[in-house]
Amino acid sequence: MQLNQFLIMQHEVLLTIVLIIIMISELNFSTKNKSKVIGFSTFLFGIVTVIGFLPSQTGVLFGGMYKNTDLTILMKNILNLGVFIVFLQSAEWLRKPINQDKISEFYLLVVASLIGMNFMISSGNFLMLMIGLELATIPVAALAAFEQFNNKSAEAGIKLILLSAFATGISVFGVSIIYGINGTLYFTELSSGSLATLGMIFFFSGLAFKISIVPFHLWTADVYEGAPVNVTSFLSVISKGAAVFILMIVLLTVFKTNQGEWVWIIYATAVLTMTIGNLFAIRQQNLKRFLAFSSIAQAGFIFMGVIGGDQAGMTAVVYFVLIYAFSNLAAFGVIASISNASGKELISDFNGLYKTNPKLSLVMMIALFSLAGIPPVAGFFGKFFLFTSAASGGYYGLVLIGAINVTISLYYYLLVVKAMFINKSESPIQTFKSDGMMRVGLVICVIGIIMVGFASQIYEYIYSLSLVI
Amino acid sequence: MSFLSLFVLIPILTCAAIMLVRSKSNVRWVAASGMVIQLILAAVLVVLYLLERKAGNDAPMLFMYDVTWFKSLGIHYAIGVDGISVAMIALTAIVIFAGIFASWQVDYLTKEFFISLIILSSGVFGFFISIDLFTMFLFYEVAVIPMYLLIGIWGTGPKEYSAMKLTLMLMAGSAFILVGILGLYFNSSIDGGPLTFNILEIAKVNIPIEAQRFFFPLTFVGFGVLGALFPFHTWSPDGHASAPTAVSMLHAGVLMKLGGYGCFRVAMFLMPEATNEMAWFFIILTSISVIYGAFGAIMQKDLKYINAYSSVSHCGLVLFALLMINQTAMNGAILQMISHGLMTALFFALIGMIYSRTHTRMVNEMGGLMKAIPFLSVSYVIAGLASLGLPGLSGFVAEMTIFVGAFQHSDTFHRVVTIVACASIVVTAVYILRVVGAMLMGPFKNEEHENIKDSSWFERISVVSLIIAIVAMGVAPLWLSDMTWESLTPIIDKLDVFS
Repeated sequence: MQLNQFLIMQHEVLLTIVLIIIMISELNFSTKNKSKVIGFSTFLFGIVTVIGFLPSQTGVLFGGMYKNTDLTILMKNILNLGVFIVFLQSAEWLRKPINQDKISEFYLLVVASLIGMNFMISSGNFLMLMIGLELATIPVAALAAFEQFNNKSAEAGIKLILLSAFATGISVFGVSIIYGINGTLYFTELSSGSLATLGMIFFFSGLAFKISIVPFHLWTADVYEGAPVNVTSFLSVISKGAAVFILMIVLLTVFKTNQGEWVWIIYATAVLTMTIGNLFAIRQQNLKRFLAFSSIAQAGFIFMGVIGGDQAGMTAVVYFVLIYAFSNLAAFGVIASISNASGKELISDFNGLYKTNPKLSLVMMIALFSLAGIPPVAGFFGKFFLFTSAASGGYYGLVLIGAINVTISLYYYLLVVKAMFINKSESPIQTFKSDGMMRVGLVICVIGIIMVGFASQIYEYIYSLSLVI
Repeated sequence: MSFLSLFVLIPILTCAAIMLVRSKSNVRWVAASGMVIQLILAAVLVVLYLLERKAGNDAPMLFMYDVTWFKSLGIHYAIGVDGISVAMIALTAIVIFAGIFASWQVDYLTKEFFISLIILSSGVFGFFISIDLFTMFLFYEVAVIPMYLLIGIWGTGPKEYSAMKLTLMLMAGSAFILVGILGLYFNSSIDGGPLTFNILEIAKVNIPIEAQRFFFPLTFVGFGVLGALFPFHTWSPDGHASAPTAVSMLHAGVLMKLGGYGCFRVAMFLMPEATNEMAWFFIILTSISVIYGAFGAIMQKDLKYINAYSSVSHCGLVLFALLMINQTAMNGAILQMISHGLMTALFFALIGMIYSRTHTRMVNEMGGLMKAIPFLSVSYVIAGLASLGLPGLSGFVAEMTIFVGAFQHSDTFHRVVTIVACASIVVTAVYILRVVGAMLMGPFKNEEHENIKDSSWFERISVVSLIIAIVAMGVAPLWLSDMTWESLTPIIDKLDVFS
């Protein structure tokens, strides 16, 4: 194997280098200067993110185990960008004294998990996919338990690792059935049949757990609530985004022949996911739980693009995940900075926020409007195109249910807007200034939320890549 | 680039300018000057449009501009106007102009108030110039959402409840519209050609009748929610009553017209067969709106509720006339939209001004106001007379045209509903005259009301501009009616084929 062939795995290689550099460099900072790791790692990761966007090779490696197309590169870039924003937003939290002794671990775990996701996206073989899945999951469980002296955080970690293991077990069982039929695990050599459908269902259940699709969503709210805010944002955006990408790729390429069957599975889970996610979100008081259920509902909307199953549908999914990443990260960023400044995480704590922190309130409002799909911000375009792709398959009933769910979701998003702008509070959160990196992170998100919708070039670019998968 | 885009651009630029200035009075002046420019622009548009028509240009839409936006989906930013949209734009420009002056005294978060209000108006302008369903839908939602903040923050009474109810009901309506739009889109290709969101292109296609039967009711009800179609009108009284003055004006005056406009431009125009098939059902609903709204208004004691229910009644009349599917009645519907827009805006402006002086909106707590505030009182009488359809004012022209058109149908069903709807005029006279009598005439009921001051200069600007428009429309309706009549021809041609 030649070196330039190796460069096909550019993203994974770069991330591994970053991982090693952070690990080594941490040894060189004295105990007093540990917090310098934060700036250093973020800067390093920023460079990697930028390099990712440069044109790179596509191709197949390891006899078909690994393959990279323009679309998978784009997906990896979206994840990189998301992680970069998470890094920017978590600087303030990592500087706290309680986290002093484990700063670099945060970066190591996140990057390791990201490498796993990249391998999953590029896998051409179920074996590769399962290894990637494990690599992506186990560090996240450690991250969820990051604040080890906080009972809820520890609980989140153990909950996540146990349930993940269970879900992976189910997935592997599905894969074993598929192997039993075909005698191979390469995506390109699989055949269809009723047993294959069974295998697909088991495999789907495992991944559905990652995306927290109803009825595999029960862990989501507890883990999101228990984990530190920045970990939650990683979980709800990066983890979920990667799982959505993989599910879409697997359904549309590997199980293409089974489309007649999985369409109805997707239909039913989409309806359940958005409805139940939305209805539970209404009752939440804690912002992290609230966004947990809202992100469950968003996954239901994403499935409307998968069900379309054509080029436009794939484009809509990737496009929506990009928008969702910006919007959700903006919302989590605001929550994180408020949590850092005051330790408050309830919706009622946001009462009267506009009076004291107008800029943060505006960012939050734009993010929530984008999540709700209100024009002129990008969320509207993302949702509209998801609906369009569902309608192109003739699923008008699903579109109607989805559109009504948008209205329901608007209700609870408006509750937060109401708290910030309309409700009055006797003890509002004091005016504060969040640190520079957090502000940069929020600004990137806001620019993304506003620009991605209007700039049709981005959509057309994704569309042109979606042709070949 | 067509100059029509300016109608969206100027409000956005005005908002940007407002963000830059600091003091409250500067905010007001920037907002006002932006909307004055908008008003001038609207006047220029009317003149240019009439000149162009006079020169013999008989294209269905003028000043068209079309640029591809999302190429692979066939989404364009396509704009253009016909006589109806020109009339609507003129109406919007007048109402927002009056609205800015009516809310001159907003003191709490002034900057945010004007920004939200003007963003809302840019959505309305954008809606009226769009001929692409996607952008139309986009602007529709832009016009609805600021309403939540406007009512929630600056409203009165149970404002949070009303704001939420209004927003959610309208968004549920837009959920139906969304399905309708997508249904039209996926049936829009001619012999397997490219799909399009362009209304004029879709109008050339005969959409299969099965699809029409499914999508017409969705679209009509979706827009009907905003047009206060019974039984989806319940957001309207609460919303109008809780909203601050300018928002009530804009909402009842202009935003409810988006519903009527969408109903005929999208639902009826593009799905003519289903329209003819299902018109009877919606005619019954709208007749209920007309009568129910009028009787509802009689029972109310709060000035804003009276006018909110009267809006339900009058907007019901708009949809009622549209569904009559003949050119006279439909032209009446357009005139009614404009007439109602002007006079409700005037009503709500006056109610806001009276309320700020008397601190009550209850009719039975006021009396003899004619002596204390003659200018506002006389204006109120004028608005009332326009509302009950006095000849010489705008209401008469509209309602007369509607009922003449409706009476052209000679079958029993249409006769009965027309007579029922006609009866609403009498009921309107009852509640208008009762309010005028109780509130403006007679002795003072509250001693504090004896010393209140009459209107200030900015209030006069607001009121006079609306009264001028009402009288102009009442005295010389022909130039307006000719303009809309012509533009209705292609629509009625398409609808008539299937009747």
